[in-house]
Amino acid sequence: MTMQQGTPQTTSLRSRINWLDLGLRIGAVILALLITSLILLVANAQPLKAYWNIVLGAFSSTQKVSAVIASWVPLVLTTSGLLFTFTAGLWNIGMEGQIVVGSVFCVGAFRFLDQTGMDPWMVITIAFIAGAIGGFLWAILPGVMRIYGGVNEIFGGLGLNFVAKALAIWLIFGPWKRPGVASMSGTEWIDPQFRLTYLPGTSLSPVIVIIALVGAIFVALMLKGTHFGLRLKAIGKNDRSAYLMGIPTTRYFLLAFGICGVFAGIAGSVLVTSKQFSLIPDAGFGYGFLGLLVAMLVNYHPILSSIVAFFFAALSVGNIELQYMGLNSYLAGVLQGFLVLFVVMANGVRQRLFKKG
Amino acid sequence: MNIELRNIHKWFGKVHANDDISLKISSGTIQGILGENGAGKSTLMKILSGYFQANSGEILLDGTLVKIKSPDDAIRLGIGMLHQDPLDFPPMRVIDDFLLGQHGRLFLNRAQVEQEIKELSQKFGFQINPDAYVETLTVGERQQLEILRLLWLGVRILILDEPTTGISANQKEKLFATLETLAKQDLTVIFVSHKLEDVQGLCDKVAVFRQGKVAGELTPPYNTDQFIQLMFDKEIKIGERATACRPESLLRLENIGIEDYRLRLRNINLTLYRGEIIGLAGMEGSGQKLFLQMLAGIKRPVSGKIVIDEENYAGKRYESFLKAGISYIPASRMEEGLIPGLTLTEHFILSEEHNELLISQREALSLTQSRISDFRIKGAPYSKVEQLSGGNQQRALLALMREKLNLILMEHPTRGLDIESSIWIWKKMKERCADCTSIVFISADLEEIIQYSDRILVFFGGMVSEPIDANTTSVDELGQLIGGIGW
Repeated sequence: MTMQQGTPQTTSLRSRINWLDLGLRIGAVILALLITSLILLVANAQPLKAYWNIVLGAFSSTQKVSAVIASWVPLVLTTSGLLFTFTAGLWNIGMEGQIVVGSVFCVGAFRFLDQTGMDPWMVITIAFIAGAIGGFLWAILPGVMRIYGGVNEIFGGLGLNFVAKALAIWLIFGPWKRPGVASMSGTEWIDPQFRLTYLPGTSLSPVIVIIALVGAIFVALMLKGTHFGLRLKAIGKNDRSAYLMGIPTTRYFLLAFGICGVFAGIAGSVLVTSKQFSLIPDAGFGYGFLGLLVAMLVNYHPILSSIVAFFFAALSVGNIELQYMGLNSYLAGVLQGFLVLFVVMANGVRQRLFKKG
Repeated sequence: MNIELRNIHKWFGKVHANDDISLKISSGTIQGILGENGAGKSTLMKILSGYFQANSGEILLDGTLVKIKSPDDAIRLGIGMLHQDPLDFPPMRVIDDFLLGQHGRLFLNRAQVEQEIKELSQKFGFQINPDAYVETLTVGERQQLEILRLLWLGVRILILDEPTTGISANQKEKLFATLETLAKQDLTVIFVSHKLEDVQGLCDKVAVFRQGKVAGELTPPYNTDQFIQLMFDKEIKIGERATACRPESLLRLENIGIEDYRLRLRNINLTLYRGEIIGLAGMEGSGQKLFLQMLAGIKRPVSGKIVIDEENYAGKRYESFLKAGISYIPASRMEEGLIPGLTLTEHFILSEEHNELLISQREALSLTQSRISDFRIKGAPYSKVEQLSGGNQQRALLALMREKLNLILMEHPTRGLDIESSIWIWKKMKERCADCTSIVFISADLEEIIQYSDRILVFFGGMVSEPIDANTTSVDELGQLIGGIGW
């Protein structure tokens, strides 16, 4: 008898929470916009005009829209990867370094296969796989350090970020330096035949969009519909109970890191083959950290994260326009930061309200 | 302090947890609150101690209307609650645990507080070392610690929620003596329990709760039938003893040694038969838990063999024990058994072995629904486990066990459950035994051990007794062994 009563009750409870949740989130966004506006006012700029310029900067031409999509792709990939580690209750701060190492492996593969005369698509595929392996290995490291060395993965990941960057710089100025003089602007460009072709009049390659979509769908399916996803979730919520239930927690921890690293490596390969065409010191472009923000902003929801990633990409691209207003283009970062802070706070408030209710 | 509750109502969604409750409790008495799980006892106590707020109704202390908005408010008004699960800070020292609750001081005064702890301990006959780490204390000791801390904060009304669960008979006696002393010193004690014998032995007055209402109040001399009538509105019978052991052996322990940082168990030899129930008795922390975890494959023995089907399992991984059909049901449900944040359905999906990639939601839902009705869990397939009451969480935990098992290991299987649920759970377990599943369980309740075991092992200070036949022993004999007499 209780069961029949229970079901509708739970659903009604759910819809109520969702409305409250939505309201709080919208409130958080408005608050973030208000505070950013205040900062703009202090900087003697008109907020509305600045926001309008961002919109123009992101969407006023095909070229710009394509740039937004091109920067959405790596962000979706990093966010998707991070959903695995977040689900398992892990903080993969080392994402940025994993992108760098992925890029290193990818560029390395191109250098190695450059003169073999193999089919370019074959070489590109191998380079992507190499990138994925690079990211995988670099991501497993903090996992191993945590499980066997007792090093919190946040510290491990943070440290490995620096090591990854150092590795890239060493390669750029050492073994892989440009003929003549080494430069911070990176290694020699990869052969044009290995670059992904842009759509005419844009800087966007359709291949990477497909990669991003496949990645995002893969994550949504894995986390929502599979035993693997549910087990990861269980581990994230209570790894002791999960272990006693018979879930091999160590293996799943490592797998979560590994999969996340594969996504990082693919993101790195995307950046190499469609944006930078070489290895540069800052090969991650901050996508690893931005991915953390997006994932937190949507409370680790797979589908929402793709949408919000698009919004973040638009902000980052549209931002460039602000320079013509005499404003520093870090404004997007300010807005993104406030957004995450307020939304995370809104989550806390919601939980408080729900508990008291 | 005199307490008066007037027309308290509390809703959780559509559940009417407290339905027009009015109650008067006078100073210097021990008031019992009796009722089965989900009868609304804990809810009312949480309202009184500020964890929840009533939807309507009034609380009067010594005739003055008060508003209790937080546990902090409650403490300031002199109301302190001892929770079913200890709310202390395991990685800290006892003294730090005290200092945390102190108000209005910038600097900590360790020496003074330490002195005060010692004085209070002496006054009430507690033995707690202020410098010990909380995590090294047993549940009983942590309870004493919490009572002591509340008294030290100046509490005049002490609420105890199921305090006798998980403590030994000895500790219980001590606790009761303490409570009587407190009542004599004009404190008000509210004792929440589902155990008839505890309430009858201790309380000056008992309010029986049923389905969110006060079903009636009783005063001594008590009559057990009256209680049961009020609690369940019907009569219930206690289950039958298990059938005789089967001759086939399931598992053999050869010269097993287990140890942790404070206990060493040596040379344990035992043959466990199929379909047999072995009860483990002893004061908390005497090695029963180590023994059970050794059988579960969580704690590796330092020496000896665990032989199952002529194969030595000592040193094997936990997964191998699971594969051998051994299931471990821990006492701390929410920490080691269930996963807060996941629904019942998700738990049932996780508990079964699956090699396919995708989850079949329909299959999972039908499994969940059948287990919910089979185990009479009051909850929906999409209820999150933390929304269930303690007793229903325990039922859910038992419902997670797989169909075919060789050995079930249980820690305090009926701790915190009402009589009806306990009897019902043992009925379920007996069905398993009839299917040749063996059971080894820990309980602090000697009656339960004698009632349901075929054989009993007593643990005392690192020693394990020879198996004792449950048919020929008595509570007294076991009690003496537990206390270290007769070894």
